[in-house]
Amino acid sequence: MQVDPRGQRFGAAITTVVLALVLLISGYRPLVAGVLLAAQALVFATGAFAGLRNAPYGLLYGWLVRPRLGPPKEMEPEAPPRFAQGVGLVFALVGVVGYAAGLFWLGVGATAAALVAAFLNAAFGFCLGCEMYLLIRRFAVSLR
Amino acid sequence: MVGVIVVAATLAVAVLIGLLWRRRNGSMRRPRGDDVRLAGADLGAALGPRATLVQFSSAFCAPCRATRLILDSVCDAVDGVAHVEIDAESHLDLVRRLHVLRTPTVLVLDADGRVVKRASGQPRKVDVIAALGEVVNT
Repeated sequence: MQVDPRGQRFGAAITTVVLALVLLISGYRPLVAGVLLAAQALVFATGAFAGLRNAPYGLLYGWLVRPRLGPPKEMEPEAPPRFAQGVGLVFALVGVVGYAAGLFWLGVGATAAALVAAFLNAAFGFCLGCEMYLLIRRFAVSLR
Repeated sequence: MVGVIVVAATLAVAVLIGLLWRRRNGSMRRPRGDDVRLAGADLGAALGPRATLVQFSSAFCAPCRATRLILDSVCDAVDGVAHVEIDAESHLDLVRRLHVLRTPTVLVLDADGRVVKRASGQPRKVDVIAALGEVVNT
């Protein structure tokens, strides 16, 4: 399966805004921040399990943005960004647990880590989540 | 107020990482530490008679395909250079021995299999050719 790389950048930009909002709200209403982060976790989950095209930001891109841009110069394999959505999901879930359990800095830390990754993808086209794959594999082997 | 500070600090860190990444990504550097020599047996493929380009790839790596095309075209253009692509996760011993942290990582080996240059991230074609130039002349 191939995806339009501009769609990923678009999705990463929305994710960046949502995660920044979560952090801004968390200073006043940590529980509300947790709910918004849970919504973003759901977005990550659909991207990881149902595919980027079927995830909310992917659908939005397909409806609103892509018709105005025309077809992309190049398509990219879907597996790397899809894996990265899974990494994002893990961080978002940790953050939700943090906000829900009253562990404020756990929520903030996990959200900030996800924000760094989303921003790097949106602004630089660098997929930090994809880089986690080899590191996880290396780490898993060194544990054995 | 806490939220504003955290967002500002996080974005500042992200910009810094992004700029560093953009500067280092794909640039050919001299490997740090002791000389490493690889034999055909380490790679599971024969070394090129003049030089070898070793590419570590993985399943979740968007720039690996573009890197493969670049290295293949360089091999076609320069005589006696082999391109060996290694699946990082099925060669984790080699990955750890060579301190490979990212895919793609590209190593430039001379005729004896000595690692002369390396790049993490997709290298530019001109940089690969320049690195090969050093290897083939010396």
